[in-house]
Amino acid sequence: MSVGVSVRPFDVARVRADFPILAQKIYGRDLVFLDSAASAQKPRAVIAAMTEAMERQYANVHRGIYWLSERATEAYENARDAAARLLKAYDRSEIVFTRNSTEAINLVAHSYGRGVLRPGQAVVISEMEHHANIVPWQMLRDAHGIDLRVAPITDSGEIDLVSLARLLEDGRVGLVALTHMSNVLGTCTPARRLAALAHAHGAKLLLDGSQAIVHRIVDVQEIDCDFYVFTGHKLYGPTGIGVLWARHELLEQMPPFLGGGDMISSVSFARSEWAAVPHKFEAGTPPIVEAIGLATAIAYVEALGYEAIAAHETTLVDHALSRLSSIPGLRIFGHAQDRGGVVSFALEGAHSHDIATLLDRQGIAVRAGHHCAEPLMQRLGVESTARASFGLYTTKDEIDALAEGIDRVREFFA
Amino acid sequence: MFEDLRDLYQEVILDHGRRPRHGSRLAAFDATARGDNPLCGDRIALWLKYAEGGAIERVGFEAKGCAISIASADLMAETVAGISDEEARQLAAALQALAKTGDAPIVPEPLAERLERLLPLAGVHEFPSRVKCATLPWHALLAALTGRENATSE
Ligand SMILES: Cc1ncc(COP(=O)(O)O)c(C=O)c1O
Repeated sequence: MSVGVSVRPFDVARVRADFPILAQKIYGRDLVFLDSAASAQKPRAVIAAMTEAMERQYANVHRGIYWLSERATEAYENARDAAARLLKAYDRSEIVFTRNSTEAINLVAHSYGRGVLRPGQAVVISEMEHHANIVPWQMLRDAHGIDLRVAPITDSGEIDLVSLARLLEDGRVGLVALTHMSNVLGTCTPARRLAALAHAHGAKLLLDGSQAIVHRIVDVQEIDCDFYVFTGHKLYGPTGIGVLWARHELLEQMPPFLGGGDMISSVSFARSEWAAVPHKFEAGTPPIVEAIGLATAIAYVEALGYEAIAAHETTLVDHALSRLSSIPGLRIFGHAQDRGGVVSFALEGAHSHDIATLLDRQGIAVRAGHHCAEPLMQRLGVESTARASFGLYTTKDEIDALAEGIDRVREFFA
Repeated sequence: MFEDLRDLYQEVILDHGRRPRHGSRLAAFDATARGDNPLCGDRIALWLKYAEGGAIERVGFEAKGCAISIASADLMAETVAGISDEEARQLAAALQALAKTGDAPIVPEPLAERLERLLPLAGVHEFPSRVKCATLPWHALLAALTGRENATSE
């Protein structure tokens, strides 16, 4: 199935017109949505593709010997092609659909962690990981005798590469699992260098691309990483679908994660044979409609072009940093050289929740809290931050509205 | 612009949020508990001291949180001083109802005046995501009264 995504030069006004939700008023004011890093809004093309899939092409996949099921299977498998193209996978069979990034990381922690890593080996994460890239490794540590090591970050919010290298020195590290872009600090990590460093010490590299894929072109071959995960709903796609990419030979080595239908080639009560990669990892009826939505979201982003998107976001981040840093009493967390469209901050005299509530009443949606990164909050010495994050549809005017909104918050609490 | 927010952030709240009167640890205490809101990172630790006759003499707390949670903790310390455990439980239940519905329930006479001092917290009921900010200190209080060390507002 194909839903028309027309190619045109990047034009924020046109992009905004593609997102029905942005036309809404909140408390009688224009919605200023600055929480895309938590979950992005959906373009009409995605909504339409999912509706059409259910209205015209819906049936279970890989099972029916009839027209509808064949169409649905084709659309679902086309989504695998879209994800493979997006990440520049070596082969389409390296794309495993999951529910989200969290499930993709759990899949690796479970299958690669227990099936391939041996007790006594180590996994390295960093101080700026999302809980999704911390907790599965702690569970692996406790269940399987894996040593969990944490690479520190520098005060500017970048991975401390010298310390990371030291953690790898004893050769016991089997896997390095790091964010490709921090959801709190906006830091983009040096993926190619991380891969080279991990490989030089005999370790594999997993990148959590939940945030990075929204802002950056990702080429897993060029990066030379071993696992890459992302989640559909942050990339303007639906909830309920995520992607694990892994090198084919790794997927071959890994035992299945969940058991059930669709992941076997034969079953008897004595034993079952696993289906081939990637189906071995897709037990049960998959998120069919969501996969179709994700494929459309990918096509939408590709049509706009990552270069144009990145240029737009760089303008937004520069503008935000300069506007916000001139507000007295405002502290910005994270000053990485290479960063994406996320800015976390604290304001003297006003807690992040109070900031969020007061901004909300001005129609401005920001996130406040620990952003599922409590260890990072400890590293920063705070309980929570406020965070503004940007998407395709964010405008400079909205950032001005944020800056003016924060000024009013200051006056309110002065 | 913030007219409707004045219900949430009344002067009393802003004042207690900014300058809590009871925001310190008690050197000598009979009970203590911590409260955590794992969703947002708000935290409180409180210490409680009883007077000779068994009534609550003093409550002190240390908290990290928003204006609402600090103000609620401070007003709590103020209003539970001088009452019994049982009365404090009744007051906590009344506060929770007040924060959720905006209406003050009927309480026995000796508590009515204390509940009145908590009325500025009624505004949170219009902000569902903020109700827990107001109730967290009270969950911690209830934990201290029953000898538990930890409470969450989940
Ligand atoms: C860096 C990062 N990793 C992982 C996740 C988890 O994504 P999901 O909740 O869709 O699994 C998120 C978003 O919440 C994130 O920002």
